[in-house]
Amino acid sequence: MKLEAKIPEGPLAEKWARHKFGLKLVNPANKRKYDIIVVGTGLAGASAAASLAELGYNVKAFCFQDSPRRAHSIAAQGGINAAKNYQNDGDSVFRLFYDTIKGGDYRAREGNVYRLAEVSVNIIDQCVAQGVPFAREYGGLLANRSFGGAQVSRTFYARGQTGQQLLLGAYSALSRQVANGKVKLYPRTEMLDLVVEGGKARGIITRNLVTGKIESHSAHAVLLCTGGYGNVFYLSTNAMGSNVTAAWRAHKHGALFANPCFTQIHPTCIPVKGDYQSKLTLMSESLRNDGRVWVPKRKEDSEKIRKGLMKPTDLKEEDRDYFLERRYPSFGNLVPRDVASRNAKYVCDEGRGVSKTGLAVYLDFADAIKRDGRKTIEAKYGNLFEMYEKIVDDNPYETPMMIYPAVHYTMGGLWVDYNLMTTIPGLYALGEANFSDHGANRLGASALMQGLADGYFVIPYTVGDYLATIGPADKVSVDSPVFKQAEQRVQDQIQRLLSINGTTPVDEYHRKLGLIMWDYCGMSRTEEGLKKAKKMIQELKAEFWSNVKVTGDNEEMNQTLEQAGRVADFIELGELMVDDALNRNESCGGHFREEYSTEDGEAKRDDENYAYVAAWEYKGENQPAVLHKEDLVFENVKLTQRSYK
Amino acid sequence: MKVNLKVWRQKNNNTAGKLVEYSLDNISPDMSFLEMFDVLNAELIRKGDEPVAFDHDCREGICGMCSMYINGRAHGPQTGATTCQLHMRSFSDGDTIVVEPWRARAFPVIKDLMVDRTAFDRVVQAGGYVSVNTGSAPDANEIAIPRTIADEAMDAAQCIGCGACVAACKNASAMLFVSAKVSHMAVLPQGQAERKIRAERMVAQMDAEGFGACSFTGACSVECPKSISLDHIARMNREYLGAKLTSENV
Ligand SMILES: Cc1cc2nc3c(=O)[nH]c(=O)nc-3n(C[C@H](O)[C@H](O)[C@H](O)COP(=O)(O)OP(=O)(O)OC[C@H]3O[C@@H](n4cnc5c(N)ncnc54)[C@H](O)[C@@H]3O)c2cc1C
Ligand code: SF4
Ligand code: FES
Repeated sequence: MKLEAKIPEGPLAEKWARHKFGLKLVNPANKRKYDIIVVGTGLAGASAAASLAELGYNVKAFCFQDSPRRAHSIAAQGGINAAKNYQNDGDSVFRLFYDTIKGGDYRAREGNVYRLAEVSVNIIDQCVAQGVPFAREYGGLLANRSFGGAQVSRTFYARGQTGQQLLLGAYSALSRQVANGKVKLYPRTEMLDLVVEGGKARGIITRNLVTGKIESHSAHAVLLCTGGYGNVFYLSTNAMGSNVTAAWRAHKHGALFANPCFTQIHPTCIPVKGDYQSKLTLMSESLRNDGRVWVPKRKEDSEKIRKGLMKPTDLKEEDRDYFLERRYPSFGNLVPRDVASRNAKYVCDEGRGVSKTGLAVYLDFADAIKRDGRKTIEAKYGNLFEMYEKIVDDNPYETPMMIYPAVHYTMGGLWVDYNLMTTIPGLYALGEANFSDHGANRLGASALMQGLADGYFVIPYTVGDYLATIGPADKVSVDSPVFKQAEQRVQDQIQRLLSINGTTPVDEYHRKLGLIMWDYCGMSRTEEGLKKAKKMIQELKAEFWSNVKVTGDNEEMNQTLEQAGRVADFIELGELMVDDALNRNESCGGHFREEYSTEDGEAKRDDENYAYVAAWEYKGENQPAVLHKEDLVFENVKLTQRSYK
Repeated sequence: MKVNLKVWRQKNNNTAGKLVEYSLDNISPDMSFLEMFDVLNAELIRKGDEPVAFDHDCREGICGMCSMYINGRAHGPQTGATTCQLHMRSFSDGDTIVVEPWRARAFPVIKDLMVDRTAFDRVVQAGGYVSVNTGSAPDANEIAIPRTIADEAMDAAQCIGCGACVAACKNASAMLFVSAKVSHMAVLPQGQAERKIRAERMVAQMDAEGFGACSFTGACSVECPKSISLDHIARMNREYLGAKLTSENV
């Protein structure tokens, strides 16, 4: 298989315009002859479904929550980047492109990232027109804040609820198309299989989560906008339902999975408290604008704090180690996420961590409050402070917050070309579900940008090219044998899960998998650990399929059954992540292999041998996946060791 | 700590439900209320019983999915918080806790503590948007919006669509939810063109869904996890009357 990324020729700044001109168009009267399935209604899915319906296509939109408005995008807090340069601080499309490529540690495509930066400005216009209440200055113009990995202020935000407001904007556009009869919504419906015939994606098989009914849906194209797979780690900042099932089942039909080991561990999350914990809560990165990260200089002081013999506020200034400011004077507390997380891990590994578990560092606002006043800090972060207090039962205005890194985002995902098409013609992947724009590390406020770029401004152009090529007659009926067989496959798997009738709840397997992934495929990885993890995952898989306990039956609302299917897929994905991490003998972005680091613990990239996208092909149950490489070509940036010193 | 639970169990919409008692030991006060339910469900599964069905997703108070009526209060005893943000430290050792689903004609029970809230989606589909196609927007800074107006819009737009307002209201009225959306768009310049038609259509749909009338008791706003203010209801009433006076639609 040869991977064709289809990056257009020509100068970087002209690629997208030229490409758009070269794409085939479907004439307006013909659009209604095409059906498009959109799985997922987060930023990527809702924006795509609404925009495609506006163009005249017939859209079916699916989500597993009870309403499209509840997709996980709703939880994004901090903001969305755009190269508007409203602050006149030197921002430009090229700078946003450059920051994103560099932030991704040179493992993303130049062409894609430039396009992302280019359309970022249109996103803000669109959202404002929809009524998204972004923060504003007293003069009435839009306000910005800064985020990690950038030295300009280009992040637009709506208090601490940017994702919510952007999603509600996209949801309102989607709702308008539902009212117009151009979108049919399927909430509480889960995609469980993809239907491929004649080498093309033809539709999906779903389960109605309320009645258990298995149904077929046929279309000319299928868009997977199903989000990231961070929950493979069990504990993450993702919503409880976030899962890899749709993408994984497409993978099993031939869609390559790219860079699965590139996961982002976010530095500012509320630390783990107990083993009953079900999820972790993110404290927005924007807090690092004003908060200072530190631990005690001496281990003994940390110990006293852990035992409750000393309060952090008792520690004198000279006894504190503001380790990010010390090691990275030019970016300080605003270094990219992977760097901040790893450093927090280092100081905790040295025994200087705080909190009872020793796995926490401080994020201190005392100086900011002294400088700007409590009112200002409250206006900026009030809701985050409140959230922290509700969870931790501690007042961050008075004692420094405690934070620790947690799994947050997955850069890897289904391999797509420049048109966002996977290796299965007619199957597209958008948003966090694809791998395309963030390389080995995503910069803050760039996921919302990418989801909306894909949905509002890329797919409406690129899907037409494919549809015009195949023509409206090229569609397979749901009564055809391929659909019936696929329905049977889904039924069989469900029956298999229900009939095991073992002793252990699904949750327990998920927790175990999460621990393996966190310990061996998390913030830092070694060959030895990864090999061990692979074995452990295989054992876990065997145990799961022989001893899991799924109660109830299929013909009803059955949350245990839903979860069992998802965990089964996570287990398989976990093994592929480990394979990918083992293959990549370098450290880059969120992928840190201890064997490949400099003396002072910085990542050592190997551009000579690893400047490629690792795209994996599924070869069947318990068969090793096959690696395909897409070489990354850099014509506009010089590859340098990332330095935030 | 130890808690005694009385949980509403109902197999589906066609079967009658009842309160079933469970008791749990070894609950940590730091656990969230939903984590306590996870513990209960794991126990039930181990025994081969069906776990309690309940809606949840983000578990941080923003998706609006969780929806439990706890000891007679929507989202439980804590004000300004969702069920998932509630922690066991809000209860005392040995407490009896009664947990029911949202009760409203427009929100039929699906199973146990899970209800169907698609009525809210249909109300939004009736007019809760600005009609602007992708790609047709002017520059974002073309219209300056005074900060106070933007803040007012944001206060209303924060609604998470959970339905606690309906559950808390003795008439099961959806006024707070609907007015928050009407208000969000009515104060912004972008929302002006469709201001009247939006209010009219959303109110008509709200009535069609079977939500009750508003008698302005204010219970909704008290129980709203986002503390959406009653002022929005007053504004919507004005918007609606204004729209009706000059109505060309509906
Ligand atoms: C706590 C938190 C804060 C964040 N803050 C920021 C931020 O400030 N800035 C930023 O840029 N990014 C942020 N991110 C990242 C960003 O929110 C996500 O990457 C992004 O929203 C993903 O959008 P999406 O549309 O790809 O997927 P999602 O919003 O995850 O949507 C997935 C959709 O797919 C559906 N789905 C999934 N599987 C199936 C299936 N099998 N069948 C049917 N439907 C299915 C779901 O129902 C849902 O509708 C944050 C992430 C988290 C976790
Ligand atoms: S108004 Fe408040 S209680 Fe009602 S749906 Fe919105 S957030 Fe929930
Ligand atoms: S689970 Fe999302 S608000 Fe409670």
